[in-house]
Amino acid sequence: MSVEGAERTIRCLVAKVGLDGHDRGAHVIARAFRDAGFEVVYSGLHRAPEEIVQAAVQEDVDVLGISILSGAHNTLVPKVIDGLKEYGAFEDTLILVGGIIPEDDVAELKDLGVAEVFGPGTPMSETIEFVRNNAPERE
Amino acid sequence: MSGPDANGETGSARERSGSAEGGVELRDRDAELLESLLAGDHRALARVITRIEERDPGYRGLVSALYGHTGGADVIGVTGAPGAGKSTLVDKLAAAYRERGDTVGVVAVDPSSPYSGGAVLGDRIRMASNVGDMDVFFRSMSARGQLGGLSMATADAVKALDAFGKDVILIETVGAGQNEVDVVRTADTVAVLVQPGSGDDVQTLKAGILEIGDVFVVNKADVDGAERALAELEEMVHRREGSTATPEAGAGHHGPHGGGVPDAVDADDLDDADDPDDSDDPDDSDDPDATDDLDAADDEWTPEVLGTVAETGEGVEELIAAFDAHAAHLRESGELARTRRRRYAEEIRTLVRADVGALAAEAIERRGGIETLADRVRTGETDPYGVAAEIVDPIAACLEADDPDGE
Repeated sequence: MSVEGAERTIRCLVAKVGLDGHDRGAHVIARAFRDAGFEVVYSGLHRAPEEIVQAAVQEDVDVLGISILSGAHNTLVPKVIDGLKEYGAFEDTLILVGGIIPEDDVAELKDLGVAEVFGPGTPMSETIEFVRNNAPERE
Repeated sequence: MSGPDANGETGSARERSGSAEGGVELRDRDAELLESLLAGDHRALARVITRIEERDPGYRGLVSALYGHTGGADVIGVTGAPGAGKSTLVDKLAAAYRERGDTVGVVAVDPSSPYSGGAVLGDRIRMASNVGDMDVFFRSMSARGQLGGLSMATADAVKALDAFGKDVILIETVGAGQNEVDVVRTADTVAVLVQPGSGDDVQTLKAGILEIGDVFVVNKADVDGAERALAELEEMVHRREGSTATPEAGAGHHGPHGGGVPDAVDADDLDDADDPDDSDDPDDSDDPDATDDLDAADDEWTPEVLGTVAETGEGVEELIAAFDAHAAHLRESGELARTRRRRYAEEIRTLVRADVGALAAEAIERRGGIETLADRVRTGETDPYGVAAEIVDPIAACLEADDPDGE
């Protein structure tokens, strides 16, 4: 918690996009982020990319974590990124992807602007540290 | 231990010293942001609310500048116990308002953890009816552990949505404690949701959240116990009615909202309302009790009691009609002026308390911090009253020297 404004509250959107119906991992992340002192907005299941964009813009989140297990990341993540760009929100949103992502696709996602991809078995502390160290500085 | 409150308070202290010229300065970058907000940029609106939440240095200048653009929105508070169906109902309300062409802002307040300060802000999941509609601007806020600061931050966020041009602003909060009661009281109209079967009839006798409602809603009106809950609320409302007719409640004074405002303030304020030439006002005709009261007890609002099924949207139209009726009542009875005065009075008090608290916190720091002071008490060197006097007396002395009437 911030004292003297030295450390502000980090806001995160944990998003499930597309048809993939498994959100246990998203729940675990949401809870871990909460316990790390972040404010977490959870999107719920089966969200369209536009909905994720709308939520990320309105909630003015620092971090957007997208969880995808269905393999549809190559179509869905670019749509989210384009949407964020449309609202001028891409530059100062840290975009993370979690789930099952093949090695080749990781590089591609990073080229698009995803900051990091966390696969199964990533220690929670690693993800939290990454967020703390990379949450965008805001003027 | 200065605790989380220190955040907002020291921030404001810093800022106060930054704007020595008096008044509150709007910094250049905030002026730009304000301009974008007024031009309808969603991102700017979102960022302004973030600055308000963060108590970002300069946020006061921003909120000050917003004030000139506010006043156009109907502000409705929705509260009730967890699980009463507030989020689902708010979702359906937003959709219904959109249907009739109004733009909608929603501020949903959730508690934060007292341990980590973190929060899961869950209401977004239930906003399914308004998918992809940017004219419903939904924003989650957490308490961030700030005593009293929550209602201020929420009220300021509402200002931002109002200035942006939203027609209706819904404030949704869990009715869990005083903090949340304060939050919904920043609204013009307050709806309290009650669950059927949520307790025996003593519950409706208890003070607190049931006293602040202008409209009572039994949600999940299709389940067992709904009839009884409706009947109990009706009874409570009429009991309340009877009691407000007694002199102790004050003439024309909407009793439940009046806490903390001296009665003298309310006594003479009909004159600043628009001339009420509405003795046979059609808006009250759907409520025979209110019509009776118009003659008898200085047009007191009788809270409406109704049932909804948020899941299906049943009763939502009626609920909106009740909100509209209350808004009309506020305008036509002159109560709106009273309500707003009361609210601004509360905002001024909250700000002054926070600022004086920040001054006191600075004074404590200069004396070595609260733990040092506590140790001085522990070792018998002094006592808490002595310490408090030591800190507050200089502030009091300055205030005496600064009597605005020059007496």
